[in-house]
Amino acid sequence: MTKTIVIDPITRLEGHGKISIFLDDQGAVEDCYFQIPEFRGFEQFVVGRPLEELPRIVTRICGVCPASHHMASAKAVDACFGNEVAPVAHKLRDMYYNAHYIHSHTAHFYALAAPDFVMGPDADPAVRNILGVVGKVGLEIGGKVIRCRGLAQEIQRVIGGRNTQDIWCLPGGVAKPLKPEELEQIKPWVEELYDFTVFSLQLFADVVLNNPQYVELILRGPYTLDVHSMGLVDDNNAPNFYHGKVRVVDYEGNEIHKYEPKDYAEYVAEHVEPWSYLKFPFLKKRGWKGFVEGIDTSIYCATPLARLNVADRMATPRAQEAFEQMYATLGGHPSRALLAQHWARLIEMVQNAETLKAYCADPEITSDQVRVIPRTITGEGVGIVEAMRGTLTHHYTCDEQGICTSANLIVGTTNNNAPIHMVTKKVAQALIKPGVEPDQGLLNMIEMAFRAFDPCYSCATHSLGKMPLEVIIYRGGELVKTIKRNC
Amino acid sequence: MADKKLQIALYWGAACGGCDVAVLDTNEFILDVAAVADIRLWPIAADGKYKDIEAMADGELDLAIFNGGVRNSENEHIAHLLRQKSKLLVAFGSCAYMGGIPGLANLTSREKILETAYRRNPSIEWGNRVVPQPETKLNGKELEIPKFYRRVYKLDQVVDVDYYIPGCPPQPDRVRETLLAIVKGELPPKGSVVGAFDHALCEDCPRTKNEKKVKKFYRPWEIKADPDTCLLEQGVLCCGVATRSGCGVRCPTSGIPCRGCYGPPPGVTDQGAKLASAVASIVDSKDPNEIEEILAGLPDFTSFAYRYGVAASLLQRSYRQ
Amino acid sequence: MSYEPKIVGFLCNWCSYTGADLAGTSRVHYAPNIRIIRVMCSARIDPTFVLKALREGADGVLICGCHPGDCHYSEGNYKMMRRYPLLKKMLTDFGIEPARVRLEWVSASEGQRFAEVVNDMTQRVRELGPSPIQQTLAQDMAER
Ligand code: SF4
Ligand code: SF4
Ligand code: SF4
Ligand code: FES
Repeated sequence: MTKTIVIDPITRLEGHGKISIFLDDQGAVEDCYFQIPEFRGFEQFVVGRPLEELPRIVTRICGVCPASHHMASAKAVDACFGNEVAPVAHKLRDMYYNAHYIHSHTAHFYALAAPDFVMGPDADPAVRNILGVVGKVGLEIGGKVIRCRGLAQEIQRVIGGRNTQDIWCLPGGVAKPLKPEELEQIKPWVEELYDFTVFSLQLFADVVLNNPQYVELILRGPYTLDVHSMGLVDDNNAPNFYHGKVRVVDYEGNEIHKYEPKDYAEYVAEHVEPWSYLKFPFLKKRGWKGFVEGIDTSIYCATPLARLNVADRMATPRAQEAFEQMYATLGGHPSRALLAQHWARLIEMVQNAETLKAYCADPEITSDQVRVIPRTITGEGVGIVEAMRGTLTHHYTCDEQGICTSANLIVGTTNNNAPIHMVTKKVAQALIKPGVEPDQGLLNMIEMAFRAFDPCYSCATHSLGKMPLEVIIYRGGELVKTIKRNC
Repeated sequence: MADKKLQIALYWGAACGGCDVAVLDTNEFILDVAAVADIRLWPIAADGKYKDIEAMADGELDLAIFNGGVRNSENEHIAHLLRQKSKLLVAFGSCAYMGGIPGLANLTSREKILETAYRRNPSIEWGNRVVPQPETKLNGKELEIPKFYRRVYKLDQVVDVDYYIPGCPPQPDRVRETLLAIVKGELPPKGSVVGAFDHALCEDCPRTKNEKKVKKFYRPWEIKADPDTCLLEQGVLCCGVATRSGCGVRCPTSGIPCRGCYGPPPGVTDQGAKLASAVASIVDSKDPNEIEEILAGLPDFTSFAYRYGVAASLLQRSYRQ
Repeated sequence: MSYEPKIVGFLCNWCSYTGADLAGTSRVHYAPNIRIIRVMCSARIDPTFVLKALREGADGVLICGCHPGDCHYSEGNYKMMRRYPLLKKMLTDFGIEPARVRLEWVSASEGQRFAEVVNDMTQRVRELGPSPIQQTLAQDMAER
């Protein structure tokens, strides 16, 4: 999946991700740009739409994590309507969303990340894909992965009527309750998913942690950035994906900010560069200081690891155990080891499954009081959830009829635009030295850094999972070569 | 086609990725397809190199499946390339078929979109005047990104298309049936909509239907509608009357009105015009003022009429100066 | 070359077309800009027809039917009456001046009135200038 490396003249063919590297006359890296060519403009064309339609329009920003947009939008809309929401609706949405997380994290870990670890980063690219993984770990496990991802999708469908391109949230709640017979249908699936998430964690321990080489790579490889972390936490500073406050912690573990969703605009701002359609968010109170690392930087990451970095603990017991084990291995909390993202992702998945179990046991979950009819229109609302790929903010204003008058979206992957740009340059500078011919190895190194971020430019540009990539190298202003891969 | 494997490519334009997920959601079926076909390009799940496509002879592909609309110069370039290399080109999903939800952008303008996203939003860095440009010169270096077009196009507005599969995204069952038909070479006339039925959604909707007469329209949040009666009858705007069946009546069976993602039923040129006449026919009044008042209960009607198909409508875009 | 608006008129057979006929036979002068299409009843005028006419180059569309209560099929014109606000709303949202489309009730005996309606509408559409549709679509394709 990650292997097409061709050297070609530039065409306008792909994109969705493009790196331009400029060398000086001696052949050292002078500049490096990470560019995003896609843009669709949802923020403008939702204006004029009735607010209640937004949760089912904005899902088209990304078909890989539509539920994140559906939920953030629903929460922003609730707030515009006075925030009166049927309590069980919040539970149902959270339940639905935890199932969505398992679907997305499973797909990412097994299809995108596992090939590197299970097959090895230097394995023949022809087998370094999900089929290779299935070949190595066996059809039984492969079948389990396919089945469990499918179950996570199915749970959403049973609860909310549809999985990809969700339709179910309405202002004040959700469109349909969970019937007792539907709950009974879901229960055994949830048990299966819980076993699967614990199994996945064990698989990671067996394959990665038992291999000193991998551990070395995670701990001491070039893949660290001195930037801060952002994530959503509950009242106990445990990660929550649907509800809570946004916490920002520096890489030494000090809290920089903790804010309510409605106050986001005081804390986060976006920088624009003319050479990319994707904006660069930063911590507003510190101001834009450029693409720099260090304790004073205004740049942050919002990733699975970042979410655990800002958390003091996990919300559920099995996940907590795993959390403690991870940070012990990483040498303390928080951690800057970008490759530990995959581990963090699996720990989140355990929390997701444990949360689902708790909801299945909640007697209120099948209540039919799933929606209240809103009585006020406040005119403004912000909704924040943790998308799999970062803190997702939707901010709307509306008129007294509840018609959208403005929308601002800060999307999951976008948060990580600056760190990705920076890590690219770092890797390029580490690798391209005067006298050394840049080659495909470069591309691999860059890719490993990207993969840790799991960048999803569907979201960010309002296209798909694995991003086509093009590296263009110029020397003294002359194009010297292009290295590409398309998936 | 029996002796030689089918040569297939899947690719996206201005898409959200949901169409690819819909193909993935056919699960094991993908393996059946792989048994009779070489998947030459499918960025989400398989290997394949653009340069291989460029190197192909014209018509070397049997089938190219394109999802997403055409929003920028790069999307258009790929559309032309796949058309040139493939015997069949299929517009997959509402975006390729009708422009899709991103086509709502055609009701505003490129300038407004850029202005809002990069200059006016509340989180934009104070004092920013920068808007991304197709070409940037920076210390003598040139950086390029694709040109953001004035509007969204559906696929057949830029290249010739053989078949259309509607849905946002198309339902996996329909995708399976359709791919099977293509593999077996059982194809209807060129230009047909495939992977959907030949009647309106209402025909398949299990909600009970009586005579429709409406004195007041409700927005979905204003009313707890009866779960077993036609939503439109209860005054909740439902686009099922102007929509082709094929999705399995997903929305109305989940307590949510249809928004028309499967496009117009057979024989209908303009989905919005069809919805307008269907909705008008149920308004229970003969007094022009009262009619106006009742219809005022449907704010932003146009975005319902063309939720997935502004680009495919007779008017295609806004003409506001 | 000065601009002369092209107006398409959809007239119901029973009242309005007869009214237009009367205008003709009584030699009432009216603007030559209108191209008349006869339909059996105003209810037959699907909003699609109107959009299609505009798309194909009409600068304005005039819809005429029997006065309310007089429809030959009893209720047909009420259908048109209910479609009209939605049609206008859609045109506005597409940035087309709603005055380019007009609904009038014209009986078989109102030849004079028909002529006045046509003249008045022609004047208004002349003031609005040519419809932007065809030119804009061509420009889109040329410049993207
Ligand atoms: S049709 Fe729907 S699912 Fe497919 S790319 Fe477009 S928005 Fe996404
Ligand atoms: S209008 Fe909607 S609710 Fe009514 S029958 Fe049709 S699809 Fe069902
Ligand atoms: S009910 Fe309508 S909007 Fe919903 S999936 Fe079916 S066609 Fe699409
Ligand atoms: S016959 Fe004239 S409007 Fe119906």
